[in-house]
Amino acid sequence: MARRSGLRSASARRLAALIGKEARQIVRDPSSILIAFVFPLILLFLFGYGVSLDAARTPIAVAVEAPGEAARSLAASFAASPYFDAEIVHDRREREAAFVRGELGGLVVIPAQFDARTHDRGAAPEVQVLVDGSDPNTATLVQGYAAGVVGQWAQQRRLDRGHPPRAGSPIAAVEDRLWFNPGRTSRWFLVPGVIAIVMAMVGTMLTALVVAREWERGTMEAMLATPITRGELLIGKILPYLALGLIAMAMCSAAGVYLFGVPFRGSVLALLVLSVAYLLPALGQGLLISAATRNQFLASQLALLSAFLPSLLLSGFLFEISSMPWPLQWLSLIVPARWVIPCLQTVFLTGDLWPLFVRNTAVLLGFGAVLLALAARATPKRIA
Amino acid sequence: MWIRIVTLITKELRVILRDPRSRVILIVPPLIQLLVFAFAATLEVKHVDAVVLDRDAGTSGRALVQAIQGSPTFRRVTAVRTHGELRDAIDRQRALVALEIGPTFSSDLAAGRAADVQIHLDGRRSNAAQIVDGYLTQIVNDHVASASARRPGAPPVRVVARNWFNPNLEFQWFTVPGLIGVIALLIGLIVTALSVARERELGTFDQLMVAPLRPFEILIGKMTPPILIGLVHVTLYVLAAVLVFHVPLRGSLAALYLGAVFFLAAVVGVGLFISALCTTQQQAILGAFLFMAPAVLMSGFATPIANMPSWLGRATVVNPLRHFLVIVRGVFLRGMDWSDVARNVVPLLAIAAVTLTAATVLFRRRIE
Repeated sequence: MARRSGLRSASARRLAALIGKEARQIVRDPSSILIAFVFPLILLFLFGYGVSLDAARTPIAVAVEAPGEAARSLAASFAASPYFDAEIVHDRREREAAFVRGELGGLVVIPAQFDARTHDRGAAPEVQVLVDGSDPNTATLVQGYAAGVVGQWAQQRRLDRGHPPRAGSPIAAVEDRLWFNPGRTSRWFLVPGVIAIVMAMVGTMLTALVVAREWERGTMEAMLATPITRGELLIGKILPYLALGLIAMAMCSAAGVYLFGVPFRGSVLALLVLSVAYLLPALGQGLLISAATRNQFLASQLALLSAFLPSLLLSGFLFEISSMPWPLQWLSLIVPARWVIPCLQTVFLTGDLWPLFVRNTAVLLGFGAVLLALAARATPKRIA
Repeated sequence: MWIRIVTLITKELRVILRDPRSRVILIVPPLIQLLVFAFAATLEVKHVDAVVLDRDAGTSGRALVQAIQGSPTFRRVTAVRTHGELRDAIDRQRALVALEIGPTFSSDLAAGRAADVQIHLDGRRSNAAQIVDGYLTQIVNDHVASASARRPGAPPVRVVARNWFNPNLEFQWFTVPGLIGVIALLIGLIVTALSVARERELGTFDQLMVAPLRPFEILIGKMTPPILIGLVHVTLYVLAAVLVFHVPLRGSLAALYLGAVFFLAAVVGVGLFISALCTTQQQAILGAFLFMAPAVLMSGFATPIANMPSWLGRATVVNPLRHFLVIVRGVFLRGMDWSDVARNVVPLLAIAAVTLTAATVLFRRRIE
């Protein structure tokens, strides 16, 4: 009994010493501070400002080819819309060349028969909206905004003419509500995703580079010669870097809230749980890479590529997973970022939703366990 | 002089193509990129899961639900019975969108009143949600219009939308031409960084500097191989775009190649500049990556430059990929002509001139 507890306390002592050594190494080595604090802030800054899907004030031309008052008033509605930078012209041919050059996002044509048809009870007046399809996402948004302007104009006009909105032909009063993000700011959902991508890169890079350097310098062999067990060695490596990663995560989240104005509606506890669960696979991935390559050059390359590309492409951060072909959908299941991004978006925009968090956290911890086990297997206890 | 340059170019090409590691770099990433990016990098919204809370007493609501189920945008349309279930489905992301049909939907339609429909969207994925919102509103309006086609009254305004250059809004028509630019950037940077940094690590760069070659001849010798290899990749990607992805090539192919040569020159300039700053291959590769990630993100490849804050949008003029994307997308989809291409080549020339000069100055200083 006594011997066993003695053994356990010896192990705890070794672990404490190991963690102390790693922590000192981190504090003394500027490169890990650089990777943990400067790198993520630069990336967050670039991604946060550089990636946006809000088609802000699209330049369009409104060709008023109809002579009457109705056409002019519709054109004025386009000019007043916050979504468009509208230029009023009298013939579509005036601005067609600019449209081909890509200077305009859309061309709204109010054709010559427009006014006549607004009085006529037969044919419906028609507005043509030509949008630049070479960017399909913006094209879809611009189409929607344009239809909205026309719809509101038509409704307003019926009111002005003394028709109550309910008379006449039936219409659907469609009311759309965008939950959690009423202002429709794409940054609100992109920033949590950016944080996940940045932290995947930082977590993987941290352990990959630093441990690979130990292998290169031969200090890893020196560690293996001590009575430390493999498990202790891995825990001793992971805990200090986990702490560093958590600080970086806190920094990124604070930047998200204070710099980019993303609301934070969940609890800090939930964010902490998610961060730990997300950082463990990233650190494990880094350890595995460094143990497998034992070379800083290869390790840094592999870490960047294996962490960056999947979390950018297959995480649902920007690109919809449900629209991809099924092999890629399956592949996305093993990308940790795919599991954490919905949770981060929820903790920022919605609040605590533990059923979702618990499931995804369990998946992430599973990834962490597998990667750490693989890293342990790749770390030989004896030098051949 | 030409003989010396040609000899140098041949030697450079041989060094690059003989090394197994660089052969892998030249083949594997481009293939993966083409396969994964072309299919994954889509902002299209398909196979959406939706829930419906149909409180309508009549039959019109059910017909509307059927219309939604028939739309190719939606994969699963599930009925819920309470607001609580609806909220739960959105909260847990089992549905991106929820449609709520009011209790008097049928009778309102029959009486010619405004029929009440609410669309609830998950704002955590606001881009996808807004696109689905557009589709759904269209379906509801079409449904209501067809239900009321025979009723008299002031005709509603019809909005006819037409997409130029890409009538069906095929997302790959947007992504795949962009990939041509990204692959040229990747190959140009990596080949340059590898060739210069390896020579410096091995010490053969000093030998090259003392060889009977003028600095300008060395420069051409170092620039040509990455440009040639880059053009090979551009050609393969153009072929894939036309033959595999069926992207229309409407403009002049020669103008596209002109743009590609100047773009690669600018990229090689950046690569040489990075290599001049670094002393090892590792640093050069990292440097190339650190340039590449922001260069791709801020080129308009995935999200438009117009959406950025204006100061950042203006800063992207130093990004060669931004200008080349205008050219490659313009030539493919818009049928851009020579004068428009030439206008976008000017900034590429300027970037090439600045980076190549800077790299030459840095190399000279290192030697002295």
